[in-house]
Amino acid sequence: MTSHAIVDTGGSRSFPGPHPFLDNAAATGTVTVYLGAGAVAAYRADPSKAAVLVELGTQSLGEATGEDAGREGSNAVGFARFRLGDGEPSDLVELVRQPATDPAALEAARSILEAAGLQVSVCADFAGRILDRLIRPFYNEALTRLDEGLATAADMDLTVKLGLGYPEGPIELLERTGLQHHHDVTKALFEVYGTRHYAPARRAVVAKRRAEREKGS
Amino acid sequence: MTEIRTVGVCGAGTMGSGIAIVAARAGCRVVLFDTSDASLERARRQTEGFFGKSVERGKMTREQADTALAACATTTALADLAGCDAVIEAVFENLEVKRGLFRQLNGICPEHTLFASNTSTLSITEIASGCGREDRVVGMHFCLPAQLMKLVEMSPGLNTSDESFAAAWAFCEALGQRPVKTQDTPGFVLNYFLVPFNNDVIRLIEAGVAEPADVDRAVKAGLGYKMGPCELLDLIGLDTQVLLCEAFYGVTHDPRCATPPLLKRMVAAGHLGRKSGRGFFTYDRDAMYGG
Repeated sequence: MTSHAIVDTGGSRSFPGPHPFLDNAAATGTVTVYLGAGAVAAYRADPSKAAVLVELGTQSLGEATGEDAGREGSNAVGFARFRLGDGEPSDLVELVRQPATDPAALEAARSILEAAGLQVSVCADFAGRILDRLIRPFYNEALTRLDEGLATAADMDLTVKLGLGYPEGPIELLERTGLQHHHDVTKALFEVYGTRHYAPARRAVVAKRRAEREKGS
Repeated sequence: MTEIRTVGVCGAGTMGSGIAIVAARAGCRVVLFDTSDASLERARRQTEGFFGKSVERGKMTREQADTALAACATTTALADLAGCDAVIEAVFENLEVKRGLFRQLNGICPEHTLFASNTSTLSITEIASGCGREDRVVGMHFCLPAQLMKLVEMSPGLNTSDESFAAAWAFCEALGQRPVKTQDTPGFVLNYFLVPFNNDVIRLIEAGVAEPADVDRAVKAGLGYKMGPCELLDLIGLDTQVLLCEAFYGVTHDPRCATPPLLKRMVAAGHLGRKSGRGFFTYDRDAMYGG
């Protein structure tokens, strides 16, 4: 039977409030979960466990485990519950594997997350995993084309809702969850990928600078 | 501007037939033109089927359906569009074909007739160029399937008059559709965002970041989209995505719009999506979408 114990480093973006995943945790378990903003730094390898989970932000799992010319992999599994800025976390957990990750460790991680009602997608250890890698260029383009007058914000949002069935348009979504957070994520991806579509759009830069000024004063 | 009572629709494909249904349902007289009798016959059958279903579902009365059906005429003679107040073209997505059509129609239709193009990738200004009534040409991009989707992206060309655009906008609303205004730039809003997004998905899979099923699950559970991008690409058709890439990359030179190598290989292998039974996923050939 898989059970998990949590090492909480504080400030988890995946589990900011009460959740069955936290309720299900025990004092000791076959799986160790490093939770919070300091999870990557706090990680210690423990081959005696079925799996060791490490919460990731914009980092790669390799920053915790070290890398070995494409041969890296152990019972360590990265994870992040997908969440945009200040919005509520979604039910989707991206589970991060390395080339030689133990499949049994992945399955152990999957089972404790699914037992808490979460959905799991497995991905390799790339910056932005699946979703941030896909949507940040879309958000940057939407912000840029808004500046260029392609359509009004309301019409752009309405178009993707009516035409593609998205629950929310890109502009209203970014406004709701905090444009400055989009800036931080896309900037981290830009540092890794270096392609212009990850470069923070002007409106995100403005929001970030204003947020910093408010924090400073 | 005179009220639009008679609408010509050019092209009896999926899009044209859908637009004809929208116009007839809204109380317009409709003349559907195509060069192929077989296409017109299929459109007639589908229109009857659609209105029949609408009655069964209680969306229309039998009387309304009969009136709408009676208002639909079909023709293989372009000259039969002479009485139209507006003509919407939904022919093959090719600039010369659309230009030639509007040039011909200019000699057939009265002065007041508005010309609208349902193009999804071409420039309205370029389509209008040289037709002889550049000020009365607008972009009206319906979504597939037009008879079910409310959205219409409307774009003025550089020479479109404010009066014509306003008349086309009012016409669109009178059809019961929801217009949004966009610039005359490639892909307007919808395809401008969707084509490169779908390419990014293909490149992500090619790079070994995740399997198609994991990508679709992530997008649906994480973003709340109704359909995963791989499922959507299989529905659009991977060969169609190649055509979209070529049309967009040719105009924008945006590297995200360039055809991803994996997409080319899948098309070469005959993995075209639902229509060939295999794309990112495999399908039972006979299964209807959603069935």
